[in-house]
Amino acid sequence: MFSLFLEQMLNGFQSGVMLFLMASGLTLVFGVMGLINLAHGSLYMVGAFACAVVAAWTGSFWLGLVASLMAAALAGVLVEILVIRRLYRRDHLDQVLATFALILIFSEGTRWIFGSFPLFLNVPDLLAGTVILPGGAQYPIFRLAIIAAGLLVAAGLFLLIGKTRLGTRIRAGEADREMIAALGINIDRLYTVVFALGAALAGLAGAFVGTTQSVQVGMGEPVLILAFVVIVIGGIGSIKGALIGSILVGFTDTMGRFLLPLALSTVTDASSATSIGSALASMLIYILMALVLFLRPSGLFGAKA
Amino acid sequence: MKGNKATVAAVAIAALMTATVAQAEPVKVGMITTLSGGGAGLGIDARDGFMLAVKQAGNSDLEVVIEDDQQKPDIAVQLADKMIQSEKVDILTGIIWSNLAMAVVPSAIAQDKFYLSVNAAPSQLAGKGCNKNYFSVSYQNDNLHEAAGGYASSQGYSKTFVMAPNYPAGTDSIAGFKRFYYGDISGEVYTKLGQTDYAAEIAQIRASGADSVFFFLPGGMGIAFMKQYAQSGVDIPLIGPAFSLDQGILGAIGDAALGIKNTSNWSKDIDNATNKAFVETFQAEYGRLPSIYASYGFDTANLLLSAMEKADVKDQDAFREALRAADFNSVRGKFIFGANHHPIQDIYVREVVKEGDVLTNKIVGMAIADHVDAYASECTM
Repeated sequence: MFSLFLEQMLNGFQSGVMLFLMASGLTLVFGVMGLINLAHGSLYMVGAFACAVVAAWTGSFWLGLVASLMAAALAGVLVEILVIRRLYRRDHLDQVLATFALILIFSEGTRWIFGSFPLFLNVPDLLAGTVILPGGAQYPIFRLAIIAAGLLVAAGLFLLIGKTRLGTRIRAGEADREMIAALGINIDRLYTVVFALGAALAGLAGAFVGTTQSVQVGMGEPVLILAFVVIVIGGIGSIKGALIGSILVGFTDTMGRFLLPLALSTVTDASSATSIGSALASMLIYILMALVLFLRPSGLFGAKA
Repeated sequence: MKGNKATVAAVAIAALMTATVAQAEPVKVGMITTLSGGGAGLGIDARDGFMLAVKQAGNSDLEVVIEDDQQKPDIAVQLADKMIQSEKVDILTGIIWSNLAMAVVPSAIAQDKFYLSVNAAPSQLAGKGCNKNYFSVSYQNDNLHEAAGGYASSQGYSKTFVMAPNYPAGTDSIAGFKRFYYGDISGEVYTKLGQTDYAAEIAQIRASGADSVFFFLPGGMGIAFMKQYAQSGVDIPLIGPAFSLDQGILGAIGDAALGIKNTSNWSKDIDNATNKAFVETFQAEYGRLPSIYASYGFDTANLLLSAMEKADVKDQDAFREALRAADFNSVRGKFIFGANHHPIQDIYVREVVKEGDVLTNKIVGMAIADHVDAYASECTM
């Protein structure tokens, strides 16, 4: 039981770290530019497809990973310059409409190029296999690698935001857009860079997730919903909030799926415990979100509205 | 007496006239299926199988209107209304998902249209809710799961872990499995529909001490589960219905799928001339191997064409009899409709194998022969 519990804790942590890669980009764009980007999930899909195609073509997962970063960043830059740039001054409804249109364009464009059937992408040989955890359970090395990569990205982002000139500008842009433009900083370029950074993070997440899941059209939307839940919980615009929120959501979801049916089976019969338990578990993160919003309306680390 | 003869003659002439008119009158078919979004692979295969048969028949009296339901019940209902009211179709077909079928089929048959199912066949339409104008060419939803249960029993498995998404077809699947499985259930898990991470469930499977795992996870869910299961190092044997391991998703799962048993009423190696020709022509036409959905689409179109040969679609009773006779060459070999218009058929056990560098399925045995679905006895029509 202990080893199962430990394994589930790790699973929760890993799914949280994975979510962070998505949510950090989303919260950066939302916080700095005030833009609701529904097409963030499409950039994630672009990353996964780029990784799968390049890995199949060259036989190297690592080249695929590089390709996923580049393809998603490139797609991000193009989208920002062609579409998003026109939306900053518009209200949120226009942004939602335009970026929803982008989802449809990306999805059907991807289908047009790659067809409707899912692509193959597997873990690299270096990270295949399992390790034995204390307590005796096996755990896939690749999931540990995802945790490590996610934590590295988190550390990198904190350094970038906290210690570099670009980070200072990003924070300044978040605080007062007019003032930073008045100080002679090229706000257009700053926005393009931030958007590309967010897109690259989404692409990286797509490549990682593509190795354990299905690389297919429409893969981005379910994750996008979770990422929005995360940034609402964490506070919009806060990288720290995105990290804490992701891990909270990852834990709540995994442990809920694991423990709720078990807990219910002590009070009701097995089959209704599993069906009620799993139904409740799927609501749990939204209950968590509602609770956080009730106690702290601007999220855990959000700026006071 | 003389008058009587005249009447008979007049009726005969009238009958002949309607018969000739019947042949000139085209049959209009509305196909509502999923051509975009995550589930598009299934709908595209069903459409391609259907249209291959239509093309081969070259029957200019058959007109097919195809629309994309985006896997959304509300869109499917709008399309059905449009097809019935403004396109004036005689027959509807094409729906892949049971929740969409439940939104469309009852109202379509209430408006005196025929519905031929290429895939979805929920239990609600097989038992008390059966209808004379509703035919399922594919199966009844529970069939392949029942066969998987029978197979697990025959292999002597006694501690099976069962897993399916938490939606009607998922709970039906587990119920179907249990109907023919006589061992113990070592664990039962319902996952979220569309779930993509199965780490928590795999940990439970590992800890459950099961000797086999039955899983029903169609489309992308199955791909995600299979890949993660292979990566996890758990090696308890898997059993699934064909949906979990079908041609359209095998390529994306990769070698992790090799050796896994799944139950199906069709396989590309069923030995009959129709099937052989179907697999060859499908591959030549579309450049890929057909899936079960393609085979259902192909059979549905051929059933329809066979009925068109015999009767006029405007004469509903005659056309229904022609459909019920199922006088066509099925890729499954023999094809018989039961009393509730669902097929009585053999269900095989397949194993995932590699042919060259293409993953596909091969029949390794029979799961249940001449299987009648569990709801047939409740149907009165």
